[in-house]
Amino acid sequence: MITVTHYLLLSAILFAIGTFGVLTRKNAIVVFMCIEVMLNAVNLTFVALSRHVGNMDGQIFVFFVMTVAAAEAAVGLALIIAFYRNKESLDVDDFNMLKW
Amino acid sequence: METLFFYLVAGVAIVSAIFVIKCRNPINSALNLVTTFLCLAVFYVMLESPFMAAIQIIVYAGAIIVLIIFVIMLLNFGKTIKGRYMHGAAGAGLLSVLMLLVASQFVRFGEATGTGGEITSAVIDEIGHTELIGRALFLDFVLPFEIAGVLLLIAILGALILAKQKV
Repeated sequence: MITVTHYLLLSAILFAIGTFGVLTRKNAIVVFMCIEVMLNAVNLTFVALSRHVGNMDGQIFVFFVMTVAAAEAAVGLALIIAFYRNKESLDVDDFNMLKW
Repeated sequence: METLFFYLVAGVAIVSAIFVIKCRNPINSALNLVTTFLCLAVFYVMLESPFMAAIQIIVYAGAIIVLIIFVIMLLNFGKTIKGRYMHGAAGAGLLSVLMLLVASQFVRFGEATGTGGEITSAVIDEIGHTELIGRALFLDFVLPFEIAGVLLLIAILGALILAKQKV
């Protein structure tokens, strides 16, 4: 029998994998994809607990998370394109223009 | 049977998520990300939320992945994928494993309380999941819904301005 605990553990594992990717990868686009993995892990938690509790609010929250993720994808990728035009690089170690 | 299916799909989701962070070429990462998204859509179906599964496939596996792959193809970075592609693996691994342990302790030794809301499987079968989402969205959450529309408009404008001009 699949309980809510299974889903919560799975989403914890996915979130940890996403964190590892965000902290280690050098390519900005892959860092971006790892953030998407983390967002999806949280979405899975929301849907599982929403079904467990018997309330629709968690799934509405997932809807808004998806909206914000779409907006974030558009703006983030535009930023990455602008950065690549200036620096000819996607390495996150080169993202140091705000450092003094 | 359902348990076996759950473990199969969960294994595929975890392995493809690991490949997302492990692949050297970003295109391979993006394709593995599609697999992760599809597995999560399967979980949403198993959780009796078919509308969530549909928009997971349409928005994530459709729109966002297409955007990412467009950008990868547009910026032709053949030279940047050579050489080191990771840094700080030991510290980040320690941190993420620690986080996973803390989270799993909370999950395993806690009890998920608060069952018995009004949305049961019978209600979902009778009314339909999409209609339930629609009622909640247009009756209880109208203002956040409108704000999400404004947010998307601003995101479109911001993406256009950023991508058009020299920054």
